[in-house]
Amino acid sequence: MKNNLFTYTLRIADDSLILGQRLSEWCGHGPIIEEDIALSNIALDLIGQATNLLEYAAQVEDKGRTADDLAFLRFEHQYLNTQLIEQKNGDFAVTIVRQWIFDTFRLPFYEALQHSADKQLAAIAEKSLKETKYHWKHSSEWIIRMGDGTEESNKRVNDALILLWKFSDELFYMDDVDQALISQGIAIDLETLRPAFNERIQFVLQEATLQLPDSKWKLSGGRQGRHTEHFGHLIAEMQYMQRAYPNMEW
Amino acid sequence: MKEQNLADLEASFNEKLKQDIRIEPKDWMPDAYRKTLIRQISQHAHSEIVGMLPEGNWITRAPNLRRKAVLLAKVQDEAGHGQYLYSAMETLGFSREQSIDDMHTGKAKYSSIFNYPTLTWADMGAVGWLVDGAAIMNQVPLCRTSYGPYARAMVRICKEESFHQRQGYEIMCTLMKGSEEQKAMAQDALNRFWWPALMMFGPSDAESTHTQQSIDWKIKRHTNDELRQMFVDASVPQAELIGLTLPDKDLKWNEERGHYDFGAIDWEEFKQVVSGNGPCNAERIATRLKAKEDGLWVREAAMAHAEKKKAKKAS
Ligand SMILES: [Fe+2]
Ligand SMILES: [Fe+2]
Ligand SMILES: [Fe+2]
Repeated sequence: MKNNLFTYTLRIADDSLILGQRLSEWCGHGPIIEEDIALSNIALDLIGQATNLLEYAAQVEDKGRTADDLAFLRFEHQYLNTQLIEQKNGDFAVTIVRQWIFDTFRLPFYEALQHSADKQLAAIAEKSLKETKYHWKHSSEWIIRMGDGTEESNKRVNDALILLWKFSDELFYMDDVDQALISQGIAIDLETLRPAFNERIQFVLQEATLQLPDSKWKLSGGRQGRHTEHFGHLIAEMQYMQRAYPNMEW
Repeated sequence: MKEQNLADLEASFNEKLKQDIRIEPKDWMPDAYRKTLIRQISQHAHSEIVGMLPEGNWITRAPNLRRKAVLLAKVQDEAGHGQYLYSAMETLGFSREQSIDDMHTGKAKYSSIFNYPTLTWADMGAVGWLVDGAAIMNQVPLCRTSYGPYARAMVRICKEESFHQRQGYEIMCTLMKGSEEQKAMAQDALNRFWWPALMMFGPSDAESTHTQQSIDWKIKRHTNDELRQMFVDASVPQAELIGLTLPDKDLKWNEERGHYDFGAIDWEEFKQVVSGNGPCNAERIATRLKAKEDGLWVREAAMAHAEKKKAKKAS
């Protein structure tokens, strides 16, 4: 039970942490100042969520590890984020499509999780939901602008969808960990979120004059610690200080 | 008649300055005053934006979650400062875009400090403490500058800058309480940033071409050398308190003046860095230019979509 709750919390935390890390790469390089500010804002929210969740995970685990230990001192295969989240930023279209798929999932997910029997997770979900509403609005508006913008932007956002859509299904991944916690009213049965997710996806795509890719092929593995090639580089960069100077205060 | 009119306008402008009444965008102002402000505000805005890069360099490598969030928030604040300042500048009838292009071609400047590299985590401490610290010295008096939109932008900005300065100093404090490696890292960062920070106040008064006119217009309230002295006087005790040594053998308290004396600044280095030969000038400009070029299709898409929406509404 304790182990399941730890893993479950870590999965949520790692999606926030790794996406926050990815988005923060944009800082100083955005297409306009306003977007630099917006992307940094979202990154900050996600790092804040990750901090709350990792603190809770550390508490649940109860082995003396801290949130920072969990964030900076695990090996690649111990991170449990979905593969979608770790995909490289690419151009602005790739970043926004990655964000939008994730936000569209996170919105109904947090809506449900705020009623979890686990009070701590419920409280984190409630707080994060407010942020996620803003994130979803931001990413959806950009999907529409890009889809309905110029020929070039339409092509770029379409290419990004083709690149990333195959990773979207992993957001709904469930295994024994989930099943055990669903029966206690702690975890969310992710299958129940699909209608809300699909509806939101279709609504925005229609506004954007876009369509989902034809291919139904799916990729996954992150929830079990199997990641894509560039993930090791992300971790190497993120962990640099903690690995180079172990056991120090900063 | 026309000449009389101009003389009246000028008299009323000068009267406002005398009475410390703010000049507002719609007020008449001498051309040279407007040009000076455009130059100064745009230079300041560019500094905020280019200044995001040396610190942005460490966000993905910040040593823990708290530091990562604080640094990211800080760099985001700088983007916000750039945004307010560009808006203040635009009230003078000069566009953000034109001004950014001028920076990319080297016609418009930004603070030379951002042409130095950030090599270690301790640089996040040194930059916050010294660079934001020097910015505050420069900018607090600007909260009373004669041009209204600039003064109001500065009030907002200064609050955040002093927060940045404290955070930077706090990084240094933490390092100086840490291991020998951490202390050495902090001292090395100070060694590299001290002199460039002193250069941030600009050429000495004897060399400065703009100072006197700017003071008469109440754009500036202190000379470069006065501000530099204030900065040195404030920084010495802060360094001593945590066991850092300023890299200046001539630094000593002068009882008579009531100030610290300090060594000669290498103005040749300053000149070279300002004119493009610093360690990172080319890279900083190339990075900003790339962001602009990579973002072009995004801005075009946003405009095209807005047009289509407008057309739909109209029909
Ligand atoms: Fe600033
Ligand atoms: Fe500033
Ligand atoms: Fe600052």
